Amino acid sequence: MIKKGSYVTIRKVVLNKNERSTNLPEDTKKVDLVMKIKGVTLEDARLNETVEIMTTTKRIVQGELVELNPSYVHSFGRHIEEIEKIKSVILKETEAL
Amino acid sequence: MTEFEKVMASRHQIIKDSLKLDYHDFELEGIAFDYEKLMNDSGYSFAEIKKIQLENNVGNTPLIELKKITKYARQFAKPGFGARIFLKDEALNLSGSFKARRAAISVYHAKKMGYKGVVAATSGNYGAAVAAMAARLGLKCIIVQEVFDSKEKNQPEIIEKSRLCEAFGAEVIQLSVGPELFYEFLRILDETKYFNASLYSPYGIKGIETLGYEIADEMMQKEGKYPEVVIATNAGGGNLTGTARGLLEHGAKNTKVVAASVDLTGLHMASDHDFNLKSFTTGHTGFGIPFATYPDRSDVPRSAARPLRYMDEYVLVNQGSVFFITEALALLEGMERGPAGNTSLAAAFSYAQQLPEDFIVVVQESEYTGAGKHYQSQMTFAKEQGVRLMMGNPQEEIPGKTLVFPTSGKLVKHRTLDLMGLKKSYLKRYKDHHFSSVEYNYLMEELRLTLSEIDALMEEINEDEKR
Repeated sequence: MIKKGSYVTIRKVVLNKNERSTNLPEDTKKVDLVMKIKGVTLEDARLNETVEIMTTTKRIVQGELVELNPSYVHSFGRHIEEIEKIKSVILKETEAL
Repeated sequence: MTEFEKVMASRHQIIKDSLKLDYHDFELEGIAFDYEKLMNDSGYSFAEIKKIQLENNVGNTPLIELKKITKYARQFAKPGFGARIFLKDEALNLSGSFKARRAAISVYHAKKMGYKGVVAATSGNYGAAVAAMAARLGLKCIIVQEVFDSKEKNQPEIIEKSRLCEAFGAEVIQLSVGPELFYEFLRILDETKYFNASLYSPYGIKGIETLGYEIADEMMQKEGKYPEVVIATNAGGGNLTGTARGLLEHGAKNTKVVAASVDLTGLHMASDHDFNLKSFTTGHTGFGIPFATYPDRSDVPRSAARPLRYMDEYVLVNQGSVFFITEALALLEGMERGPAGNTSLAAAFSYAQQLPEDFIVVVQESEYTGAGKHYQSQMTFAKEQGVRLMMGNPQEEIPGKTLVFPTSGKLVKHRTLDLMGLKKSYLKRYKDHHFSSVEYNYLMEELRLTLSEIDALMEEINEDEKR
């Protein structure tokens, strides 16, 4: 059980695929337009249940609870061999400058 | 009527309420409107804009000569050629990009007009710029972004932008791929009654005029002349429009204004599948070309960003070349900056080689870098999406399939777009229209063409139709 007052992400379908704009590429037409938003739960709830949250601007939004304590996990990426190659090209070509 | 149709039907009223600007005041007749009136009625003088920006740690960024990059480029130019390359280090603005110039005026105006908060639809640096300014002025802030595809795979660069908005206390609404982001944006404006901090309002564009003005002013003081060329990374057209207007304001009438975009030909901007195959989320042809040929596709009835009024040339570079130049900027100049801002630097590296060595080319922006926004994270992400990374000739890069990094600086080459072709695309939407003299005058300013050139293009369009 995720307690009331927890920091979470909810997910909500903004437009079902059949409600979407007509002027879309075929692949986009086949999927729903989905929204994710963070906030604090206003009631106890389980993962994947519908829950109400209060957002940063104090709006109340309802959606499916998909994540507890959402975190930033984006990074600088892994080692990329091509970056080393680019570096050696630049350093070699500018050696004499 | 569905909820979607209802909101879209009331869009003009929502936009009017959220800007307190009635765009009907600027309409002339038919397709024509009074652009200068739109810009002049914003109620802010150049001096006031400068003052608001300086009070908020925006503007007066350093203009740095990239001496080693220049020398590097000269190796590939014929003797006596290879213009001096300068960089306006806009990454040093509040929130890390030139977008702070736009946000400073938009958010200031929102506060002045008594709004409690601001909303902006942007997946780019503008979000953090609005959020930072809203934080300073004590306004609430909501940023609406396009972040993930239907598999809920996030684009790392946009996640970083979400993070920065949240760091400044903004609420971020993250959406999956699709132009109906505009619907959610309108819905939020209607619900909150906040100000529409549009990138395309006159406030959003007037804020950039200081950038062009500063370049002209500093060059005149230091070098005793205006730069021969200013290159601007082009997406929605506001950066180029505002910069060019600022240059003109100072008197730099002969400075050539060049637009540069990353070539993403073949990738559809509204495609769920293509969304995560891009290594650049802005500054690319997917925005640059449609916004140049139809500026009013934006989130206001009449966009204040009208790049074809100011563009002397439009050049493209590919993704691999921009990553290469981003690395060169770090290795040779000790400046680690975000890849998107370096699009115009990659173009300048090649462009300068065709100009005499006493000419000056100014790259008018840089942006901050960090996790997600770093070329290493973008390359890692591209690999995960099945894009092949290789060394070779970047001209052979296929957007969405390969990233090709040059095996020598001499392979960093720009490609010039046919500007007349873009103007023809602009006119295509009016193919069955008979222009009045007011409309002709409008088009002559909008496209910088003579009446007979417009007629010739219209004739070509009608001929093409028949075929």
